[in-house]
Amino acid sequence: MATLILNNVKKSFGMTEVIHGISINVADGEFIVIVGPSGCGKSTLLRMVAGLETVTSGDVQIGGRRVNDQEPMDRDIAMVFQNYALYPHMSVFDNMAYGLKIARTPRAEIEERVEQAARLLQLETYLQRKPRELSGGQRQRVAMGRAIVRKPAVFLFDEPLSNLDAKLRVQMRLEIKALQRELGVTALYVTHDQVEAMTMADRMIVMNGGMADQIGAPLEVYANPATEFVAGFIGSPPTNFLSTEIMGRSGDSRIGVRPEHTRLSDSGNLKARTVYAEALGAETLVHVRCADGTQVTVRQDAASTIPQEGAEVGLDWDPADEMKFDSSGRRC
Amino acid sequence: MAERNGMVERRGAGLWLTHLGLIVGIAFIFFPIWLAFVASTVEQQDIVRPPMPLLPGDQFFANYARALTSGVNAPVSTMLWNSLIMAVGIALGKIAISLLSAFAIVYFRFPGRRLFFWLIFLTLMLPVEVRIVPTYEVIANFGMLNSYQGLILPLIASATATFLFRQFFMTVPDELAEAARVDGARPMRFFFDILLPMSRTNIAALFVILFIYGWNQYLWPLLITTDPEMNTIVMGIKQMFPSGDDIADWPVIMATSLLAMVPPVLVVVGMQRLFIRGLVESEK
Repeated sequence: MATLILNNVKKSFGMTEVIHGISINVADGEFIVIVGPSGCGKSTLLRMVAGLETVTSGDVQIGGRRVNDQEPMDRDIAMVFQNYALYPHMSVFDNMAYGLKIARTPRAEIEERVEQAARLLQLETYLQRKPRELSGGQRQRVAMGRAIVRKPAVFLFDEPLSNLDAKLRVQMRLEIKALQRELGVTALYVTHDQVEAMTMADRMIVMNGGMADQIGAPLEVYANPATEFVAGFIGSPPTNFLSTEIMGRSGDSRIGVRPEHTRLSDSGNLKARTVYAEALGAETLVHVRCADGTQVTVRQDAASTIPQEGAEVGLDWDPADEMKFDSSGRRC
Repeated sequence: MAERNGMVERRGAGLWLTHLGLIVGIAFIFFPIWLAFVASTVEQQDIVRPPMPLLPGDQFFANYARALTSGVNAPVSTMLWNSLIMAVGIALGKIAISLLSAFAIVYFRFPGRRLFFWLIFLTLMLPVEVRIVPTYEVIANFGMLNSYQGLILPLIASATATFLFRQFFMTVPDELAEAARVDGARPMRFFFDILLPMSRTNIAALFVILFIYGWNQYLWPLLITTDPEMNTIVMGIKQMFPSGDDIADWPVIMATSLLAMVPPVLVVVGMQRLFIRGLVESEK
């Protein structure tokens, strides 16, 4: 349990800078999700906190200690890897106990801690099995258990759910969050899935091209995206972007409107043609195309009438829901 | 299973022909061994007087006892023991060295890493025979002639095994090394706790191959062992052949040949399960 401070952290591989200076103060017990598309540097950032990558410049502080030059084991962290990284020849018990054994923890304490973690993760009956005899979800739990038994100050998760099927992912998402709450451990969680970010984070860092485009609580980021990238990345289906030209306004900016704020109405002054409607049960996504080819998605509830394919419709929204971005993608 | 039968179990004449082919092949290979066995159970006169017998005689115990205890130059038991030490020493030494060098090449970034890898790889192209004169010189200067060290050390570096372990280590996910690092394992700890147990099938497979390689060494022991007490079995057999007018003691020579085959066969049979697993399965 500790605070985590990143102070203008940068990373270069050779001459190429891949992380362009990221700063954040993470409070004790806070769950931070780093989210972004692949190649944005989110995993690199996490690995720098873990100590698996060196920090080119800037400071990483865990619990008030600068840890830039420390080995992972000395940083008081535990990491859950994407492919679980379980030792294939060791039993579940040995997998969880390995770090403690190296730290020369007394045998009795190791057993107690592993059993406690196993109880928490419902792995008690699997302790003598080998990883290959477990299902994906169970392996995931073992990886979690290995992190828990060390009682670290900070949990680091590197896309831990990406190898699970959709249903299990939802379930594990809740479990991880609940577990983190229960243990009160600071956590840094990397994912490319914005739903995971929205549902799990206390605060999230939205990364794009090695920069933190926005840091904030999920709903705040959702309601108030700082850049066009964030508006497009967070939220599903993504925000609709329209040029000012088609809106008949002046200026060189773009307008973003969330699909749920967009309405189909005959009085709407922006005309478009229906392309396709996706009925999802509780809601329907209507995809329309404007005169200049821009695709717009309208999210309406299932009770609303669905326009015929090819029919002309009008688009409308509350001006308060408009988000304006300048030519560099910043909010203005 | 039913669908697969078409390929595996051909019916009728084809089946018989395949079996016939296999049986003939086996007989072809087995016949000389059988002949050697027969020759090792009869008396000298039976062998030299044609036709040679095709059924075992009654001298089995006498001949084998004679071979084991006295032999021609040195007792076969001594030579077997020497060969065993040499073969085990070479196999274990090669495995230890190549494991460590593969570990260094795969997991550490040091200057000249690629150079060293290619240097090791290059030695693949230099069999013992090519470097035998300088090697002899070195061993002679170290005073290792007629010693186990002299038999083992020059043959202990193995590019093949290093290469094999390198390929295996490269298939081990990086995350595993990172997880061990987060768990606090230093490099050698990772090596012994994680990498070594994961390589055990490869090690077993390699042990079989290298044991036989060591066991069958002929030219090198022939060069550096002059003392009959240090003779190995494979070269020993050759030395049993008479030079000039001496009479060959064929029953003992044949008994020795068969005895020389026993340890490699035992190793192969004993480690067969692990051996095959090591060759076909890449456990991760």
